[in-house]
Amino acid sequence: MKIKTLAVALASIGLYSGGAQAQTEIQWWHSMGGALGEALNELATNFNATQKEYKVVATFKGSYPESMTAAIAAFRAGNAPHLLQVFEVGTATMMAAKGAIVPVAKVMTDAKEKFEPRAYLPTVTGYYSDSKGNMLSFPFNSSTVMFYLNKDAFKKAGLDPEKPPKTWKEVVAAAEKLKASGHACPYTTSWPSWMHIENFSAWHNVPIGTKENGFGGFDTQFSINSPLHVRHISMLGDMSKKGLFVYAGRTNQGDAKFSSGECAMFSGSTGAQAGIRKAGKFEWSINFIPYHDDVKGAPQNSIIGGASVWIMGGKKPDEYKGVAKFMAYLSQSDVQMGWHTKTGYVPITQAAYDMTKKSGFYDKDPGAELAVKQLTNKAPTANSKGLRFGNFVQGRTVIEEELENVFSGKKEAKPALDDAVKRGNEILRQFEAANK
Amino acid sequence: MEKRVVFRSAWLPYALVAPQIVITILFFFWPAIQAVWYSFQLQDAFGLKSQFVGLQNFAALFKDGNYLESFKVTALFSVLVAFSGIAISLLLAAMADRVLRGAMAYKTLLIWPYAVAPAIAGVLWAFLFAPSIGIVSYVLKGWGVEWNWILKGDQAMVLVVIASVWKQISYNFLFFLAGLQSIPRSLIEAAAIDGASPFRRFWTIVFPLLSPTTFFLLVVNCVYAFFDTFGVIDATTQGGPGQATNILVYKVYHDGVKAADLGSSNAQSVILMIIVIALTVVQFRFVEKKVQY
Amino acid sequence: MVENRPWLTFLSHAVLVLGVLAVAFPLWVTFVASTHTLEAIMQVPMPLTPGNQFVENYSQVLSAGTNTGSKAAVSQMLINSTVMALVIPLGKMAISIIASFAIVYFRFPGRMFFFWMIFITLMLPVEVRIIPTLQVITDLKLNNTYAGLTIPLIASATATFLFRQFFMTIPDELAEAARVDGASPMRFFKDVLLPLSKTTMAALFVIQFIYGWNQYLWPLLVATDESMYTTVIGIKRMIVGSDSANEWNLIMATAILAMLPPALVVMLMQKWFVKGLVETEK
Repeated sequence: MKIKTLAVALASIGLYSGGAQAQTEIQWWHSMGGALGEALNELATNFNATQKEYKVVATFKGSYPESMTAAIAAFRAGNAPHLLQVFEVGTATMMAAKGAIVPVAKVMTDAKEKFEPRAYLPTVTGYYSDSKGNMLSFPFNSSTVMFYLNKDAFKKAGLDPEKPPKTWKEVVAAAEKLKASGHACPYTTSWPSWMHIENFSAWHNVPIGTKENGFGGFDTQFSINSPLHVRHISMLGDMSKKGLFVYAGRTNQGDAKFSSGECAMFSGSTGAQAGIRKAGKFEWSINFIPYHDDVKGAPQNSIIGGASVWIMGGKKPDEYKGVAKFMAYLSQSDVQMGWHTKTGYVPITQAAYDMTKKSGFYDKDPGAELAVKQLTNKAPTANSKGLRFGNFVQGRTVIEEELENVFSGKKEAKPALDDAVKRGNEILRQFEAANK
Repeated sequence: MEKRVVFRSAWLPYALVAPQIVITILFFFWPAIQAVWYSFQLQDAFGLKSQFVGLQNFAALFKDGNYLESFKVTALFSVLVAFSGIAISLLLAAMADRVLRGAMAYKTLLIWPYAVAPAIAGVLWAFLFAPSIGIVSYVLKGWGVEWNWILKGDQAMVLVVIASVWKQISYNFLFFLAGLQSIPRSLIEAAAIDGASPFRRFWTIVFPLLSPTTFFLLVVNCVYAFFDTFGVIDATTQGGPGQATNILVYKVYHDGVKAADLGSSNAQSVILMIIVIALTVVQFRFVEKKVQY
Repeated sequence: MVENRPWLTFLSHAVLVLGVLAVAFPLWVTFVASTHTLEAIMQVPMPLTPGNQFVENYSQVLSAGTNTGSKAAVSQMLINSTVMALVIPLGKMAISIIASFAIVYFRFPGRMFFFWMIFITLMLPVEVRIIPTLQVITDLKLNNTYAGLTIPLIASATATFLFRQFFMTIPDELAEAARVDGASPMRFFKDVLLPLSKTTMAALFVIQFIYGWNQYLWPLLVATDESMYTTVIGIKRMIVGSDSANEWNLIMATAILAMLPPALVVMLMQKWFVKGLVETEK
């Protein structure tokens, strides 16, 4: 008896130490809380189950700005994570930090992992690639902005719910009818800058900034005070004055206004669907965002929002091998399909998109496919690949502040956008100087 | 003031002050020096490249319309918080000083907001004033007021002022009450005998005698409005809409943590340090006067 | 009161009652909101009487946070807040009282230098040194630890000053007697000063408990792990919720839980609280 126990004990010690020795830990800092966080944890757990050499440890580090601050401080202290999820507006900052990050393309090729850049959807990966097309960060969770409408409210106002407004002219007309029928909030939006400046520019194939929206160099300047921009923001200001557009806030505060039934039309992230499905007690539809039909080239394609995963520098080659393996795992079609269907974020490879289509998922949930369709509506141009502005967190805040000035009636659209350009350029110059 | 009788020991006093001094150096002086050092640098977020630029960050701040705007906003905010806080608590304290019955109960019921964190006070009032579902918004709408603090800067300011003042009322109330109760009754009685009405008595006798307390509270409320209200702003408006509630201390946080602009954030920190030092000097020099009063 | 003016007395009571109501109104609404379902609160106007969801809401937040926002259990947050609210006052008192003792009762080179060093910290609230202090914490690997949450807040001048002031009022005869008896300084400290300081310590404890419990900016920066949230921060994180409506009923329940301990401390230990407030401001 005793000998048997001893043997078992020895054997288990042997197994234990054997297992513990080989596992290299990959630290992954992210900002997905709640249900999204659970889905993310599943990805890590499933990857860890496929092999014994590496273990991805995912840690929730607070919101995007908080986790980025923590990572910066950790990097300076010498103990940064391997992987960091950074929101899209932080791309320029990360890209400029040449010693602190390693491009995904380099890690993959160095580790000799299979890596086919063309397999990825260009609109999705373009945002996170350099001007030569090398992928810098991994487009982990990308969304785009869509146009939602409350079918019940439309019916009540005498509008056809199956005919969503396609142009802004139609939106205004519908809004007036909704208001006339007693609806207090015909239209609202989430993420005003992302929707009405950034995506607006891409959707109409006009630049947000010079030098290919910043892709071409740090000496870019904002161009969001063009006549088209002024006209569009002016229109929104007018709508706000007439009560056709109710401003909800700088982030996703518009989501709740729509799902509660308060607002009949709404533009927000594809990610808002989950919440609307849960809380919305009415019939609703999801559609392409509206455009001005007198602009040549519109509608072009929309750009993504969300975040990507960056690989931090200063780690050992063996650890990068594990990182490469994880990136390859995440690119697998079945993994992509699972992530996409569970979270509402778009799939990043053509193969994953096809697989999801074949599975019939989009027949049950056409909204999920619309996002991909809108992103790939046309092949991206220099104006619609995305944007890359340094210190864009501050830049976006400036744009949001000036937009608020227009919506509240404090300023007219042209001076507000001119100010946004002036203040925004100061921020860009500061970034340029600090990253020479 | 020195003690007449003291102990002597070669090593004991050092051992006794050591813990406090060590922590003070590590967590106060070292970061403060770094803040000053970084304010003279232009750095990228990760600290990979840095250039010494002297006072450039400071110059940029003073040229920046937003920063000066932030000064104005902070000044307006402090004035509103200090004055309304003092006025309301003075009224309550004066009333509480008058009534004999229930004074203890009133006191207990009025001081508990001090226990509420400013951030929570902000959340509570934001809930009451929420444009769509808030109960106060509902009442205001009934009175024809279009309430949407997310869009209207003035209304956002009203919200954060109310939340901040609500919390401070108990603090001011206690000090005023203590001050009122230390005024000799004989003075008031003499005036009453002379035929002065309670109203007159208050303004000609009581209020002047309360001036040390009032002044002291003015300074404390200003410091409170400058710094401790960070929680209120962060939990509700985050500096918006536009720049309407972007007080200086919030801007430091936003630029440092959310925007990773360390040079500017640290320069702002240094400026704030100078302001605090000035306010603290005023407070201490004045408190000396109060003690002699 | 000097003369009898009934209408003025009535007015005084009226003003006070109004004041109490105005002060208590938010609390009432918060409590009511915490006892309803989310749908009930989203109705405009929301009901002003308590609902029947008290047990459900409170057990939900205590065990699993909200559904759409942070999923951190409020029970864990309460523990974290309690740790901060206890360690900070006790730590502060411990190091301040000995530092004060040294400065008041000893003569040694550097004495005034140390005194001024401590004094200057009054002018350096955490808000003016946010980023560098965060860097120090990261360098020392103290993020998301109780040590990181509490130690930097322990060294403040107010407690040291409070004790200094108090020690100044202690008659010299006591120290003299101790010296004559041949007692060591620490003996004097333990047997004479400490017992006398009890009331001051109680007052300080009350104020610092509230201070520690209500800390906002510091935990916001240091505690990014959900398991280290304090209650005050947890509420804020519930509001910056994901793509869905804020669950106000649960947020309000958490707010009540966050307000309760310090409010109880203030009301039950009112005497110490008032004394503490008034003394620390001199």
